Amino acid sequence: MLEIKNLHARIAEDGTEIIRGLNLSVKAGEVAAIMGPNGSGKSTLSYILAGRDDYEVTEGEILYNGESILEMDPAERAAAGIFLAFQYPLEIPGVATMEFLKTAINAQRKARGEEELKIPEMLKRVRTAADELEMSMDMLKRPLNVGFSGGEKKRAEILQMKLLEPKLCVLDETDSGLDIDALKIVADGVNALRSPDRAVLVITHYQRLLDYIVPDTVHVLYRGQVIKSGDKNLALELEKNGYAGVIDAAA
Amino acid sequence: MNLHAQNTLTEAETALVNGYSSRFSDLPGDADVTVRRDEALELLKQGLPTRRVEAWHYTDLRRLLSVVPDFKPVSNAEAVAPLIDNALVLPVLNGTAHGREAGPEGLTVATLADKLQEGALPAEWLTASDRFDAVGAINAAFVSDGYWLDIAEGAELDRPIELQNIHAGGQVHGRFVVNAGAGSKATIIERQTGAGDALASSVTHLDVADGAHVFWILLQEQPDDAAYLGQFTASLGRDSTLTLFILNSGGKLVRQEVKVEARGEGSEFKLRGVNLLGGETHCDVTMVLDHLAPDTVSTETFRNVVTGKANGVFQGQIRVAKIAQKTDAKMACNTLLLSDEGGFSSKPELEIFADDVACGHGATVTDIEEDHLFYLMARGIDEKTARGLLVKAFVAEVIEELEDETVIEALEARLVDWFAEHG
Repeated sequence: MLEIKNLHARIAEDGTEIIRGLNLSVKAGEVAAIMGPNGSGKSTLSYILAGRDDYEVTEGEILYNGESILEMDPAERAAAGIFLAFQYPLEIPGVATMEFLKTAINAQRKARGEEELKIPEMLKRVRTAADELEMSMDMLKRPLNVGFSGGEKKRAEILQMKLLEPKLCVLDETDSGLDIDALKIVADGVNALRSPDRAVLVITHYQRLLDYIVPDTVHVLYRGQVIKSGDKNLALELEKNGYAGVIDAAA
Repeated sequence: MNLHAQNTLTEAETALVNGYSSRFSDLPGDADVTVRRDEALELLKQGLPTRRVEAWHYTDLRRLLSVVPDFKPVSNAEAVAPLIDNALVLPVLNGTAHGREAGPEGLTVATLADKLQEGALPAEWLTASDRFDAVGAINAAFVSDGYWLDIAEGAELDRPIELQNIHAGGQVHGRFVVNAGAGSKATIIERQTGAGDALASSVTHLDVADGAHVFWILLQEQPDDAAYLGQFTASLGRDSTLTLFILNSGGKLVRQEVKVEARGEGSEFKLRGVNLLGGETHCDVTMVLDHLAPDTVSTETFRNVVTGKANGVFQGQIRVAKIAQKTDAKMACNTLLLSDEGGFSSKPELEIFADDVACGHGATVTDIEEDHLFYLMARGIDEKTARGLLVKAFVAEVIEELEDETVIEALEARLVDWFAEHG
């Protein structure tokens, strides 16, 4: 589903290279965890997948279902089924959450040639998804993410993911700022989305989240490259021994 | 009216001065009114103010109002659909008041023409406040009609009143007087619009008596080829409140003056404004607010969106008299500048003579936040739609803090219309 080949990317503004020859392959149905120390390029990778133009791809290729996405803007990528759950979801004053959800869902449906959802159907879906994430509908009456706690913002991201039903879910440090109860709710939300035609990329600093979202593969990112790949046991090993051993072995 | 005497009048100045002699016989008023009109004309003969006059620094009226249309309307004007469905509509069509419908209990309606005829208008209201008060002078010289509303003491009007000043080209000069009696409560909507090349002026006198609460919504939606000169004056009594919401979206040349006196202890003035500026609009909002009594509170917030070659101005002057201790005044003017060819000038001025006050002001000019745009697009919303949402959000914030749901919805619908046309 996702094939990243020898990817090099830098910060557009100052030319600092962050991703330096990254290779990664994720199949449909797979949950892949990307782990790595601070500054290894994890968040940058998530932004590049979503199409943020602060980063420039200088070399290599990102293929999604066999086709390059590098020329697609963020909206086109989203409509094609790529979803990024932000590490720091933005507060956007003045944009009503429900209006945002309606606009996003229908924009994607339209881009895929599907009929727009009518308001009653939309409300029903939102209510069901909100219930599952233990979010109150009152929260959704507020402007987008405004006044939400860190945990509420993360839940709101998962809510959007459930409603938009993407094919490739990229979760950027979704566990940060969550207490254990919220973590379980969010993990349940993600697990419910696991399906043979959907891939999930879990970017995380800690093993903790992977107790709840059990990955099929684990990849260690360091200095913009995947330096080691393995199964879920690799995450446990990292938890026990830290990154140093893996990094030294790769050097 | 100019600092430096003008030897020759512009085409517009000449047309106004000459127009007076032909219009005069049709204008209402007793002998006193005639004296005031003549005085106003004398000011006009000195020429319109230029940028050398401080109050007109960003709006060189002499240059910008270089020609004025003939007085005669091009066709019949019709009342427009009210902003709020159940409002009592009081239209002034091509300069003549037509409203005859009975209002809600506690409201007395008279036409301004009748009041002028009776000599009921205080003399100072038909006198320019100074020799650069071009809006006051033009209106005083030519005012033909309008409404005079008295709201009885303690009356809470059960439906909004909508005053409409509508033209079909030509010139219209209207005036509204509203006396909100002690402890009364009212929502008043003022519409300034029309069709075609026009010069429209409008002056409002609002008296908010002790303990009265007025919510006033001014919608200026002039056509692209019209010039509009407005002056809103209000006086606030003890423990009274006035919320004034202004939406400017239209007009070739717009000057909206707001002059408010918080003269009663504990009175509160809230000014909220949205300027949606597109095309080649020049829109100037100039406010002078006097805090004249202790414990008065005021907040002023403007949100401006500038596209095309539009140009906007906000001048906000807050004066706090020595007696007005514990005044709390906050002013903010935020602009979203979406075009390299457009501009916005903001000039806050604080004159504080009391020593125990809290006064502040701030002005920003920004573009759309790239982070916000990325977030919306990452959810599949195309760039144009995402930008539209963010621009609307920028101004909607000011609208959403108004307390009346019906009004909020109606105003947001105006925003949607404007963005559909200018987005």
